[in-house]
Amino acid sequence: MHISEGILSAPVLLTGATLTVIGTGIGLKKTDYEKVPEVAVLSSVFFVASLIHVPLGPTSVHLILNGLLGLLLGWSAFPAILVALFLQAILFQFGGLTTLGVNTINMALPAVACYFAFGKAVTSEKNWAVIGGAFCCGFLSVGLSGLLVALSLLFTGQSFLNVARLILLAHLPVMIIEGVITVFVVKFLKKVKPEILEVANAAN
Amino acid sequence: MINEALSEGTSFLHNFDPRLKILVALTYSVTVALLTSFTLLVVSMAFSMVLIFWARLPLSGVLRRLLIVNGFVFFLWLVLPFSYDGMEFFAVGPLVATYPGIYQALRITLKSNAIILCLIALLSTSPTFMLVHALHHMKVPSKLVQLFFFTYRYIHVIYTEFTRLNTAMKIRGFAPGTDLHTYRTYAYLVGMLLVRSYERSRRIYSSMLCRGFNGTFHTLYHFESRPRELVSAAVMTTIVLLIAIGQWLPPGKIVLF
Repeated sequence: MHISEGILSAPVLLTGATLTVIGTGIGLKKTDYEKVPEVAVLSSVFFVASLIHVPLGPTSVHLILNGLLGLLLGWSAFPAILVALFLQAILFQFGGLTTLGVNTINMALPAVACYFAFGKAVTSEKNWAVIGGAFCCGFLSVGLSGLLVALSLLFTGQSFLNVARLILLAHLPVMIIEGVITVFVVKFLKKVKPEILEVANAAN
Repeated sequence: MINEALSEGTSFLHNFDPRLKILVALTYSVTVALLTSFTLLVVSMAFSMVLIFWARLPLSGVLRRLLIVNGFVFFLWLVLPFSYDGMEFFAVGPLVATYPGIYQALRITLKSNAIILCLIALLSTSPTFMLVHALHHMKVPSKLVQLFFFTYRYIHVIYTEFTRLNTAMKIRGFAPGTDLHTYRTYAYLVGMLLVRSYERSRRIYSSMLCRGFNGTFHTLYHFESRPRELVSAAVMTTIVLLIAIGQWLPPGKIVLF
């Protein structure tokens, strides 16, 4: 979920921006010119996936897939997410310029964390490790993002407590869906093009 | 999918040097994001509206965009008024909306929309490629700029690919519902997009190498600010500075506002 302009306090915005600059710096350093087209194309998939709405009871939710992006890109997920969010900010005014840092860190930090936590599991030969790793990756990356959004609001002001609680609650069903979908995508990739999952391991 | 209709105009702001527009938009957004004074927020809102009129944008298009972007703010209106202690404004069952709560929600709404309107007036009036091009001239790291160019370019390609796969699914009688079959189908759709995109990115890089790519992007177009643009940018920056000074002066000292 993007936090819009004009909500967060200065210290939160500044912390987000600083961390994003650091993360993007590391990400760009680990991305050589040969990988730029790949990161860009995956960043576009990430952008397009956020337009896919999957049904959930009477409503629908859109895919986030930051965990999957982390699995595929490792540290390069940072610049990839930054670019996708910047384009959303200037094309649709979703998110914004001052919140770009916070929104990027909220999405990219869980992505990179999931890469380090489950990157090995999904490339293993054991079926249960792949399924478990992929599910946790999708489930936790969205959960952590929700938590970071809630924390960004809480650090802005205690009055956002109710808002933060509702946001965490709203993330629960999405976490399950993302977990399930990440499992199926990873299984599909392992069958059709396993080297996609392995390139990130080689680069980082 | 991506509607850049607002960038097709002939107003002064449309032809403005994108580098200056990015600079003004950035200073203005940061300043307004840090404002706390209600009066100054109203002033900023007025300034943003002046910018919108200056860009001669179709109001219906701007309003439609505002409506979509305000989702988060609407959500805050449902919760924030009930999250503050203070004088009661109205009550729904056990929930009590207070004056401070409504005041806070109103403040966020003004702040958010003042920034968004300015971004629409200044940034949506340039084609995205121009803005990224401007970032290149503003010394943003070259790898990041290349990522912007490629991502923006391939969003269109991949979206077309997605609609094609989606249509194929529908023709085969796919009806989405809340079940495992639906999730599996969408996952395979995403998987297929990833596989095709990955192969595409290999081909892109090969063809770049064939054309002698060595890591640098050569630009043929260079921006130039006309004197009129420099003056206008200076005026806008001065207004932003005045707003900032108004915020950080001790209360009671502000005569002008």
